[in-house]
Amino acid sequence: MTDDMTGARIVVHALREQGVDTVFGYPGGAVLPIYDEIFLQSDIRHVLVRHEQGAVHAAEGYARSTGKPGVVFVTSGPGATNSVTGLTDALMDSIPIVVITGQVPTFLIGSDAFQEADTVGITRPCTKHNWLVKDADRLAPTLHEAFHVAVAGRPGPVLVDIPKDVQFASGRYTKANPSNSQYQPSLTADEASIEALVDAIETAQKPLFYTGGGVINSGIKASKLLCQLVDATRFPITSTLMGLGAYPGSGRCWLGMLGMHGLYEANMAMHDCDLMINVGARFDDRITGRIDAFSPHSTKAHIDIDPSSINKIIHVDIPIIGDTAHVLKAVLAFWQSRGCKTNVEGVSDWWRQISEWQKVDCLAYESSCSTIKPQHALARLEALTQERKDRFICTEVGQHQMWAAQYLKFEEPNHWMTSGGLGTMGYGLPASIGVQLAHPDALVINVAGEASWLMNMQEMGTAVQYNLPVKQFILNNERLGMVRQWQELLHQERYSHSWSEALPDFVKLAEAFGAKGIVCKHPDQLDEVIMEMIEYDGPVLVDCLVEKHENCFPMIPSGKPHNEMLLATSASDDGVDEKGAVMV
Amino acid sequence: MAALKIKKGATSRSAYNLRPTFSDDIERHTLAVVVENEPGVLARVIGLFSGRGYNIESLTVAEVDHMGGLSRITIVTNGTPQVITQITAQLSRIVPVREVHDLTVEGATVERELAMFDVAGTGKKRLEALRLADIFRARVVDSTLKSFIFEITGTPEKIDAFAELMRPLGLRELVRTGVAALPRGE
Repeated sequence: MTDDMTGARIVVHALREQGVDTVFGYPGGAVLPIYDEIFLQSDIRHVLVRHEQGAVHAAEGYARSTGKPGVVFVTSGPGATNSVTGLTDALMDSIPIVVITGQVPTFLIGSDAFQEADTVGITRPCTKHNWLVKDADRLAPTLHEAFHVAVAGRPGPVLVDIPKDVQFASGRYTKANPSNSQYQPSLTADEASIEALVDAIETAQKPLFYTGGGVINSGIKASKLLCQLVDATRFPITSTLMGLGAYPGSGRCWLGMLGMHGLYEANMAMHDCDLMINVGARFDDRITGRIDAFSPHSTKAHIDIDPSSINKIIHVDIPIIGDTAHVLKAVLAFWQSRGCKTNVEGVSDWWRQISEWQKVDCLAYESSCSTIKPQHALARLEALTQERKDRFICTEVGQHQMWAAQYLKFEEPNHWMTSGGLGTMGYGLPASIGVQLAHPDALVINVAGEASWLMNMQEMGTAVQYNLPVKQFILNNERLGMVRQWQELLHQERYSHSWSEALPDFVKLAEAFGAKGIVCKHPDQLDEVIMEMIEYDGPVLVDCLVEKHENCFPMIPSGKPHNEMLLATSASDDGVDEKGAVMV
Repeated sequence: MAALKIKKGATSRSAYNLRPTFSDDIERHTLAVVVENEPGVLARVIGLFSGRGYNIESLTVAEVDHMGGLSRITIVTNGTPQVITQITAQLSRIVPVREVHDLTVEGATVERELAMFDVAGTGKKRLEALRLADIFRARVVDSTLKSFIFEITGTPEKIDAFAELMRPLGLRELVRTGVAALPRGE
């Protein structure tokens, strides 16, 4: 009977056994027993956020920057429903998160009790899996299984709902044994598919690596193997928003990000290649553009751990189901054993073609000496921080996010935290808090837009409470920039509700929270302000007043193929047809 | 493609046809899904179909292994081959799903459905209903002077045919269980 303890204590024990050092959360009636246990110990640090959505995004920042699952405590009812956006965000981007929710006691479930919500019902479609635990003896095995499911295979968010009486009840603690779990996704791929890919690598004239978040989720090893394979084959490589950093931005085969706001050379290469090697990406609609005109002449290989990703959007020729690191290792070994052959002549011609596209200089923009151009602000931020190996960048969602992806260079995986699949405004500030907690001495910058930032600005209180030196770098155009851009291109410049008429004074706002605020109004001040921001030891906000009507280019308009990009220099208003306007 | 020596969907060395060929025809498939019988598992399966816009023609579920706590769900669905492949892959992703079989692809199957028909009538109509029931090997499981309840087991097509015949003979109500299916022996 020595292993018996209360449900609440089982929760804390299980977290400790799982190696959890930080929990993000917000207390409430239905989780009080767990919070009592948190109070009575000191090895798991609890970080009090200001809103449950912030807790999940902070846990995502923690998870994305460490590769470990992020853990969240919230109460029943509104606590659980407020976590839904974060859960969906983590599901779309395959981020391992464990959310533990309090629930009304079992005997009140179904009675519309105070702060009751059908948490497992509501979160079923936005978690990888979830559980309601009605028996304290089932609590330890369920929590261990939750951690296993969150990280095994394609990672994702899970939720464990624990009624208050189960937290008080006595139950048996059992140790984790993940090999006992029924959930065991296979990691290694079929040999025939590896051989088919190596055949293709040996003969391709216009090959291209197209990589995604799956490389980063597979761990540092996968990124290293990817770099080895790319550098050995000398094949060009592009990446999705989620995959930035797996291959270094300074690497010689790097073409830059692809997709709707990707680089011209990357998208042209996608369109014209004869061998596309998709490593851990999922042919998202931001990447493919018009499906029937997507890379029409290529043989497509697709490495993914999730069989449902294969042939979901794009029909592939060489499906390879397995963990990225395992597959890349096998491909590399097999290719080397056959003599490291590539079509050297063909690939050199391909690079000559690519360098022609690179000459277009698609990221060029009209500079100004009186107004701060957002691209210029990011170029300066890059110039002044690129030496810092410990630089982590978070973003909110919108134009600034795309500019950050275009103008900043990422040298290592897990240093770029952005909401890709769900596109959640309000993600960046809480995520930067999670990153800073995991990396206390690092330089953590949230590149933000003022509208997104306001969505979860309450978390500035969290940053101040824990004295986290997060840098909030707000590109303030007083507009919902991306919405405004689409209205200009698609809706004949009818700017319906895409600007804010009553923005706060951001400097005073930062000061009201107890943080530092700096305003930057002129291009001449930029370097000084950025340096002041970096050097300040504590939470700091920069209100960078930028050009209000800048559009984000290059851009593949909705419903267009990759080779019909709009560039800043040639943008016209006939970019989107009626069919494309339906797309988002 | 000319640049690459491999044929689409095959490698120069292996005989495997890696690329499945998909057509645009809508096909009807019967899926067998073995799940751990935990709370909410059926909601997960149904939520997947509604959330991703797939069709359910029929669905049956019951625990088949009481000791192991396993239930078997039989789903009849329709879609293009690409959609059907997606459905099986998406079902396999659900954590408590142990096995997914596309019985239509895996070989010949035996498919059966049970239905009950409440048919009211007197005189010639009543006699004709009883005669047809005999031909279809339907059993009478309830009888009054003015009505019968027939129980019939068979393929969905057989039950459809029987329903067509009963309609003019006083069919008041009918209930069907949906399809249960097993693969035939080798």
